[in-house]
Amino acid sequence: MTQWTYVILAYAVGIGGTLALLLFSRSALRRAEKQFDEIKRK
Amino acid sequence: MKSLEARFPAWQQGGARGNLYSAYMHGFANPTRFLSIARPLTPVLLVSGLLLVGIALYTGLFSTPADRLMGETVRILYIHVPAAWLGMAGWTSIAIASLIELVWRHPLAGIAARASALPGAFFAAICLITGSIWGKPTWGTWWVWDARLTSMLVLFFLYLGYIALADASQREAAAGRTGMSRVAAIFGMVGAINVPIINRSVVWFNSIHQPASITAGKSSIDGVFLWPLSLAVLGFSFIFGAVVLMRMRTLLAHIRIEARMRRMAMA
Repeated sequence: MTQWTYVILAYAVGIGGTLALLLFSRSALRRAEKQFDEIKRK
Repeated sequence: MKSLEARFPAWQQGGARGNLYSAYMHGFANPTRFLSIARPLTPVLLVSGLLLVGIALYTGLFSTPADRLMGETVRILYIHVPAAWLGMAGWTSIAIASLIELVWRHPLAGIAARASALPGAFFAAICLITGSIWGKPTWGTWWVWDARLTSMLVLFFLYLGYIALADASQREAAAGRTGMSRVAAIFGMVGAINVPIINRSVVWFNSIHQPASITAGKSSIDGVFLWPLSLAVLGFSFIFGAVVLMRMRTLLAHIRIEARMRRMAMA
């Protein structure tokens, strides 16, 4: 493996992981707030 | 089942609790006030964080030169260092929030501590993985049981333990028992002992890991690497802040759902 392979691997883990964390946190928030709004309307 | 008012008295009392300092502290415990700040702050932190990280990583990949000794792999610095910083900062936040929760019984402090755990664990894991990727071409091995690497791995396991304990405390609180919350807070404070150990491990032990490049007021990193690194640290910190706010809002929404359902069941 060349040095660039290690660099690309590290960036893929870092960037991909951060985006996954953001998407997970955002979808959990939206789900919880939607559930709260539905209960509030009842 | 214990009422929401009993678990979070300051929410009902509007912050007035005995003395002026306590009232000041608990004034911020009002969820409506917190949400009015957190809702607009979340996208600001997120967008500015993504922008700063984008600039830093682009510069790190395409504009900065290769290092004399490490070659191209030095570019891993812009992911690895912010992740290490946030892994340790995450636990420091848990410890401070836990202290505030225990001493001042500030209800949002417990939520802030719990909200910091997942992103903290995530960045500790990213630090370990990118460190391992960097170790292979630099040291010739993916992993060594070195003091710095091992203490960081211990931090990751502490995060897993804290997350399990905090989840258990939430279930206990829902059942009207609050003791577990204190256990999680005490664990959060005791676990903080590992943060200075990680920081000083390269000084106290013979380590394959390089010593600290940035200390108070001094840096051994050349300016050409330092400014994109500073941008990356700042940008990832903003993203961390945005995730903590999102998770705090999620936890608050769950607490409010629980309170509503309880009120509906009693009606």
